[in-house]
Parts: sequence; structure tokens; C-alpha cells
Amino acid sequence: MKKIILIIFIISINSQFFGQDLLDILDNETPKTENIVTATFKGTRILNGHSIENRKDKELEFIISHRFGRVNLGFDELFGLDQSNIRFALEYGFNDNLTIGLGRSSFEKTYDSFLKYSLLKQKNGENSFPFAVSLFGSVAVKTLKDYDPSDKRTFAESLFYVGQVLIARKVSPSFSYQITPTYVHRNSVRINADPHDIFALGFGTRMKLSKRVSFNSEYYVTFNESKSIDARNSLAFGIDIETGGHVFQLILSNAITMIEKSFITESTGNFFGGDIHFGFNISRTF
Amino acid sequence: MKIIHTILMCFLFVNVSNSQERFLTKNGAITFFSSTIMADIKADNNQVLSIIDASNGKMAISILMKSFMFKKALMQEHFNENYVESDLFPKATFKGEILNFETLKDLETKLEVRGLIMIHGKRKEIIIPASFTRSENTIFVKGEFNLLLSDYNIKIPNVVAKKISKEIKVSFEFNHKPYKK
Repeated sequence: MKKIILIIFIISINSQFFGQDLLDILDNETPKTENIVTATFKGTRILNGHSIENRKDKELEFIISHRFGRVNLGFDELFGLDQSNIRFALEYGFNDNLTIGLGRSSFEKTYDSFLKYSLLKQKNGENSFPFAVSLFGSVAVKTLKDYDPSDKRTFAESLFYVGQVLIARKVSPSFSYQITPTYVHRNSVRINADPHDIFALGFGTRMKLSKRVSFNSEYYVTFNESKSIDARNSLAFGIDIETGGHVFQLILSNAITMIEKSFITESTGNFFGGDIHFGFNISRTF
Repeated sequence: MKIIHTILMCFLFVNVSNSQERFLTKNGAITFFSSTIMADIKADNNQVLSIIDASNGKMAISILMKSFMFKKALMQEHFNENYVESDLFPKATFKGEILNFETLKDLETKLEVRGLIMIHGKRKEIIIPASFTRSENTIFVKGEFNLLLSDYNIKIPNVVAKKISKEIKVSFEFNHKPYKK
């Protein structure tokens, strides 16, 4: 009896073996590769601030961004459309991991430059890693002469520095989030009570609504604010629309500026009081 | 008892002979082209797995979609994110049989492979013409055929409709070697 059971057992193993599907063999033979998670965010910006994404190798991107005036200015200002802050920028990928950017904002006639480096990638499969990290650094120069002529500013006094660590995770194909510790240094401040160094923490999310449209949100909390202005945390909501070679972003934000040193530390709008700036980012890749 | 032994040996023998007659490659090549007046798009995958069971002419192919390499990284991202949705459907597969496989000798022979292809989660019956060359230690297969994207529920948005062909040309080259478990 025992022998018969043994035989049946062997036969069943055998027949399993015999009938093994060719595709199953291929599955077993598939080398285990690491798989880098891509498209955590679609654009290089979540909305106002940077996302972990870089420009790809040798790609040049021209970005035009607009923020209009506050929508609660009413009909006389056509709900803010009469005023606008525009930023032109050229951004270039030295390789897939390093991007350089140069931009000019009409608001306070500010020039900005940045470097962004992708330090760690989120991976699944072999050697999996749960999140991606990029480093961001920027220098901005404010060239608007809004000071007293007797108090002329030097070039160095008009400089602003920003350092960010961008940490992001794509949880599923349709949801990603990012946490962004931020440090802003200002060489000069309006009054002595204003801090030269400001620390902030950013939160951003992307939720896919369809294959080419996503809903994004972004919030920056500052831990020490300027005393000379009624500074508020920056909040923004927006829609990403992807069309072939570029990403189009429609944005509602309480900040009128589009560079880190400004929207994180100098926003004064009360989003829920109607101080909302409508805006968009358009990028064209060459 | 003898009978039992005989049966056992038979099964073992079948097993051994069976595994010896399988031929496998882990670095088969598949290239696809989309050609329109506006743009030519090409992608290569050199990590395709293919297996042939020479005892019965059955064949299977497994393709990791993320292993397709494009000239532009952005195209590759769009391919995986928006068109074939590689996170949801990581592999394309084929499973079928080579018709008249027993006629294959060492000369290059044109044969047809009939079976089920699965791309983007959609199955379709397909007959692919291919040329086969068999030597003692290899089975070499190459060929090309066309695919309609609409058969696999891969949608092209209007804005890029002029840049992506509805029909994709696929060419393949597999050099199978004996498969030892």
C-alpha cells in the first residue's frame, strides 16, 4: 500500500513536471532585475515648488509660468487677470540626474538659478528602495530697486539662497507624495527682527485622475516667519495635463511668485479668504 | 515490483528526454517601429525570453515591457506610463505552436507559428510567419509582423495621432540554446 502511494506521488510529481507550462518555465528563468520607479511626478514642479523629477539627458526645456493677481480683486481688475507675474526659464539636463536652470521673474525683477541632483531612486524588485531623494540648491538675485536711495544695496546684499532635500514616494501608479525640508537664507532683510534664516517643510501630492490628467496639491509650513509682513504658509492646488512633449499645469495658489525664496517665505495671501492667484506653467521640451 | 520499477524508469526517462529537447534564450531581440510622416519611433528589447519544446513544436515568449529602450527617455516614460501601462501589465507573452515543426531540418525553413499573444492585458489569436534554422545545438528564429494597437486597447490621443502609427511593425530574432534545468 505504501509503495502504491509512493508511486502515485511520484507520478503526480512527474506529470506536473511533464505538463509544466512553457510560460511558467520562462517566468522562473526571468532574471530578477531592479526596477527604477519612474514618473513619480509628471513635471519638474509639483505646482510652485520643485518635484524630485529632473529633465532627461541633454534635454532643454523652455518654461513659461504665469501667476495672475488675486481673484478677489473683483471685476474691475478682471478677477486679477490685469496683473501678472511672469517667469521665463531655460532648464537643461546635463544627464538624467543633474539639471541646471536659469530664470527671470517679473515680480521684483528677480533672476534665479538652480541645480537639482537626483541622489537616490525609488526601486522595486531586486535591491528595492522605498523612496527617491533629490537635492536642490538655488541662488536668486532681486534687482528691483525698492529701497531708499541713500541705503543702496550691493549685489551681495540682494542675494537669496535656498537648499532643499526632496524626498518622494510613488505609492501606486496613481498616487505619489513628497516631503521637502527647506532652508532659505537671505543676505538682507527688511527689518532687524526678520530672520535671515528660515526653515520650512513642504508637502506635495499627485493623484492621477486619468492617464494624462492628475490633481496636485502643495503646502509649505514655515517655522519662523518674517515679522515685517503678514507671512502665511504657501498653499496650492492644481491640475497637470500632459500632452505629448509637454506638461501643462493649471494652478490656484495664495502665492504670486514661482521661486522658492519668495513663495515659501513671502506669501501673504489668505487662500480661504479668497486671496487666490490663478496661474499656469507651460513647458516645451526641445 | 518489476512493473513498478519499469513504470518509474519510464517516467524518469520521459522527464529527462523532455527537458533535453527544450531550447531557450534569455536575450532574444525584439524591435518595434512606428512610422508616420511626422515621426519615426523605434524601440529595442534585448532581454526577451523564448522557449521551444522540440518534442512537440510548442513555443512560448515572455517580454518585459520596461526593457524596451527608446532613443528619448521621455518617450520611454510615456510608453510605459500612458500606452502599455507597464505597472499594471508588466509583461507581454506569446504561447502557441510551430506548425509543421517536424519538417524543420538544418536548412532555413519558413514556418508559421500559431497561438495566443497577450499585450496590455488583451489576448488575441495570431499567426506569425518566421524563418527557422536548426542545428545540433541551436534553433534560430527570426521574422517580422504587424500589430494593430487598437486590438490591444492601446489608445492614441488626438494630439499625437499624427506621430504614432496605428500599425506597429515588430521584428524579432531568437537564438535558442539547449535548456538545462
